[in-house]
Amino acid sequence: MARLNRDAIVAIILLLFCGVFIWASFDIRTPDYGVLKPSTWPQVILGVMTLLCFIYLVQSLKVGSAKELAEPTREPGLVGFFKHWQNPIKCFVMFFIFLYSLPILGMLIGGVSFVFVLMNLLGGWAPRQLMTHAIISVCAVGSMWSLFTFGLEVMLPEGVIYNPYAN
Amino acid sequence: MVAYLAEAYGHFAVALDGLWIWKTMLLMAVGVAGGLIAGAIPGFTIAMAVVLTLPFTFSMPPEQGVATMVSVMVGGLSGGLMAGILTGIPGTPSSVATTFDGFPMARGGNPGLALGLGVWSSFFGGIFSAICLMTLAPQLARVGLEFQPWDFFMLVMFALTITASLAGKHLVKGLIAGALGLLVRTVGEDEAAGMARFDFGSEALLSGFDFIAVLIGLFAFSQLLSDVRDPNKATKSLSEQGTVKARIDHFGALREISKRWLVVIRSATIGVFTGILPGAGGSVANILAYDQAKKASKEPEKFGTGTSEGIIAPESSNNAVEGGALITLIGLGIPGDVTAAVMLGALLIHDVVPSPTFISDEPVLVYSIFTAFFIATFMMIFFQSFMLRVFVLVTRIRMYMLACVILGFCGIGVFALNNVTFDLWSLLWFGILGFIMRQFGFPLAPMILGVVLGNIAELNLARALAITPDLTPFFTRPWSLFFLIIALFSAVFPVFQQHRGRRTWTLLYMPFACFAASVPLYMMGGVPRPIIATIVVAFGTWTLFRRWKSGWALDKTLSQERDYAEG
Repeated sequence: MARLNRDAIVAIILLLFCGVFIWASFDIRTPDYGVLKPSTWPQVILGVMTLLCFIYLVQSLKVGSAKELAEPTREPGLVGFFKHWQNPIKCFVMFFIFLYSLPILGMLIGGVSFVFVLMNLLGGWAPRQLMTHAIISVCAVGSMWSLFTFGLEVMLPEGVIYNPYAN
Repeated sequence: MVAYLAEAYGHFAVALDGLWIWKTMLLMAVGVAGGLIAGAIPGFTIAMAVVLTLPFTFSMPPEQGVATMVSVMVGGLSGGLMAGILTGIPGTPSSVATTFDGFPMARGGNPGLALGLGVWSSFFGGIFSAICLMTLAPQLARVGLEFQPWDFFMLVMFALTITASLAGKHLVKGLIAGALGLLVRTVGEDEAAGMARFDFGSEALLSGFDFIAVLIGLFAFSQLLSDVRDPNKATKSLSEQGTVKARIDHFGALREISKRWLVVIRSATIGVFTGILPGAGGSVANILAYDQAKKASKEPEKFGTGTSEGIIAPESSNNAVEGGALITLIGLGIPGDVTAAVMLGALLIHDVVPSPTFISDEPVLVYSIFTAFFIATFMMIFFQSFMLRVFVLVTRIRMYMLACVILGFCGIGVFALNNVTFDLWSLLWFGILGFIMRQFGFPLAPMILGVVLGNIAELNLARALAITPDLTPFFTRPWSLFFLIIALFSAVFPVFQQHRGRRTWTLLYMPFACFAASVPLYMMGGVPRPIIATIVVAFGTWTLFRRWKSGWALDKTLSQERDYAEG
């Protein structure tokens, strides 16, 4: 069997996604009032989307794996994958950690830490860079936090470590 | 007519009075300056700058908030030329064509003139577009008052189809993206009946995704990740890639433009009409205008070597685009492009829902948009010379630093939307989704329009079915039929483009499109529309006759040009 190309795999994933949502659409309750049932519009969208995904699958199977877009810079294997996508992965992971630690660190400390650590991960950990990154992260996030907190009077998440709204 | 002008003047005076206060002027100045810098940084698009401005405008009165966003938009439209001309890397997709002649002119020893031509062409394009906005939007709104729910529903379908069709050979991916956008909007409580949809037992999902968080995630977050994808490029600054020192030659540029005013008007007109078309933004307009200027020029061979027309045309057109996009937003409540979609979001935050009655319901707000557009265009000229120096400083900052800081800003800004942490999670998940979609070649514009227009489509469908469960009005009402026909032809357009010059059937595409579009125009009745329909039919017949006379000969140069372009 010929190897499936990237688009065909995406099409199959999309079809599975449509399947899950079609199944979930049958759980939508129908009230006694109104002409358009709450499930009708999502089901129409999902019907059209499923049809489009089938067309996409057929198109990608027709093209075959030979014409798949090559990524000349990427090394093969899992190591190559992580090496190629290292920066976006670092950003995702750091943002995830930032959100997860938000109740403890709060927006100010969490935001400064997130920007500082991410800058080091992407730019390097040399002593001079550490200093530059620290100044940038404190000034940038600090000024934005101050603007929202004092200027726009938005209550940003407070943490356990530092709670500016306690008094 | 006199009464209409007097009324317009009255609204204009009230709007100007509201905006002419130091706080609003300061915010607009900061907006223009910020837009200029954001537009000048490659990888930072105008839409991204406008999206990131949105959280700052929540606490402002609607007029002030919208004026600030309009300023960022106008600044961003003009900022792209600085990077394009001085470094050869366009700051935004809408200034790609500017680099074709701007960069060679700058390298040829005339960077000041190249910048001057870009700045003043942007100014004249912006002013032309602002005049069109003020005159055409109220007329379009009058037409829009004829629309019933069936017509609005079909208009949204047309907007999504044409946006997807701009993805060219990736039409199916564009349509999937549009459908995905519509689906995202259905998550949470149904607006009409209040029933939970796709909440999967989660309380957070029950309130649905905040569409601004979705927009920032899909557009800004994913764009930043794409910008830092390459570790080598991420650690480089823009100043390492070209020269960034110049002084703008204002007088030389004005002299040159005064000799080529026809290019300005033609290109600005192309810009306005491209903007009106949903989905087609500055990235399309600047290439179209450049191409038309080259075709109309007496010296087309000089294009690409540093000719002034090659800078005037794209810069006049890309600044005119937003005026066009705002015409459909103000007149019909349908955004012309992603930036206008964000503007729609800003209005919705202030509980203002654009529709054909927008001008009559909120005249001061609408005229504030018009007035802000004018003022921001003048501010842009004033700030360009100064911001050029700031641009030199910004180009020394490394891309990864900018990306990290803006990711941090995204977090703070998105939380400020509703003071809910769930919005931050939406930002992350939609950021990942947007990034993956970019990597797999799915256009994001149809998805963003789907997210923005999803509710409008569903509400109008519900209204239409509440009036009558019969579906035939979707095909028998003139406006609905008109949008359906042009949606179908726009869906076939990428296939037509692909086979143009190769297959005989492509010779019938344009005449058939004319004949089909004329049917609903005749059905509308009255005097002007049947006349327009007759002109359209005459054009179609004439095209058909010409092709029949030439023995259905294919224009081989078209396919050769395309093969060359595709490499």
